[in-house]
Amino acid sequence: MQRLILIGIALLCASLAVFAAEGDLDALRGNVPLLQERTPEPLYPVENQDLRRSRAYPMQPPTIPHKIDNYQVDLNANRCMSCHSRSRVAQSQAPMISVTHYMDRDGNFLAELSPRRYFCNQCHVPQTTAPTQVDNTFVDIEELLRQPQRNGGGG
Amino acid sequence: MFQKLIRFLKAFWHIFSRPSVYFSLGFLTVGGFIGGVLFWGGFNTALEATNTETFCVSCHEMRDNVFQEIQPTIHFTNRSGVRATCPDCHVPHDWTDKIARKMQASKEVWGKIFGTIDTREKFLEHRLEMAAREWRRFEANDSLECRNCHEEAAMDLTRQSPRAAAAHERYLIEGDKTCINCHKGIAHELPNMAGIEGWE
Repeated sequence: MQRLILIGIALLCASLAVFAAEGDLDALRGNVPLLQERTPEPLYPVENQDLRRSRAYPMQPPTIPHKIDNYQVDLNANRCMSCHSRSRVAQSQAPMISVTHYMDRDGNFLAELSPRRYFCNQCHVPQTTAPTQVDNTFVDIEELLRQPQRNGGGG
Repeated sequence: MFQKLIRFLKAFWHIFSRPSVYFSLGFLTVGGFIGGVLFWGGFNTALEATNTETFCVSCHEMRDNVFQEIQPTIHFTNRSGVRATCPDCHVPHDWTDKIARKMQASKEVWGKIFGTIDTREKFLEHRLEMAAREWRRFEANDSLECRNCHEEAAMDLTRQSPRAAAAHERYLIEGDKTCINCHKGIAHELPNMAGIEGWE
């Protein structure tokens, strides 16, 4: 038993040593050895052009084309809804939130924003000018449809 | 008791209404002048001392609630290092209006003494009432304290974001709305906004 524990500890030490020696195992930290402190990247500004972006697929929650710094969305107030709710868009000229946001999960219409849709930032987020950290191989469906059919297709 | 007071006032008026016997006219005028300067200087210094952020946050009611909330906002933390402190927004800058506001503030002294908002719970309970009072004040004076820094004539709308420029053109320049109508809760957290105009 004692020997088993000793072997275990030795293995653990060995793996730790390898880990520390290689150091660059954590790609999320920019391949900087774990024991070194990394210079953080600058904070990139939020895009504030008010130009709507295209959606990658029809059901995608649209991204927010403006800054939302310090917008209060909590039990007391919902800053987003002070422009985007049905009753406010005439004055704000902002796009109205989707009609699905006025439905409960059984598809019944409600007079007000559905509670399950209340926290806008769960789905809708602003975008920054930061360069992408990883490559993206996503292909839009339109692009796929335009490509000549490979493999002959199914039945 | 009442008769004693009358007798005292009569004695005072007896001395006050006669020419001075021992003091020269020079002493009285120069002394009165110096006394006036000292009084006025002291009064204004004391007034200005109560008109600082340090004074406001010397009470825990302000320090632990509203002062914490303003710190992440643009009026406290920003790239250019210009700060709006409490009195910049909450006390008028003109002397007459300032004195009027300071007299209203005696109610706040009352609140401090009797602990109207001395816990977080009590503060939250009163937040709507206090916020509404400030909104009313800003609506009544056409957001004067905002305009002390943000003058609409000096705004370069082309350097604002498109939606800000559009909104300012449509509502501010036209004069339909004043700053506070849209810019509520920019320096402090909002109370429950149910039923407040613009937050339906």
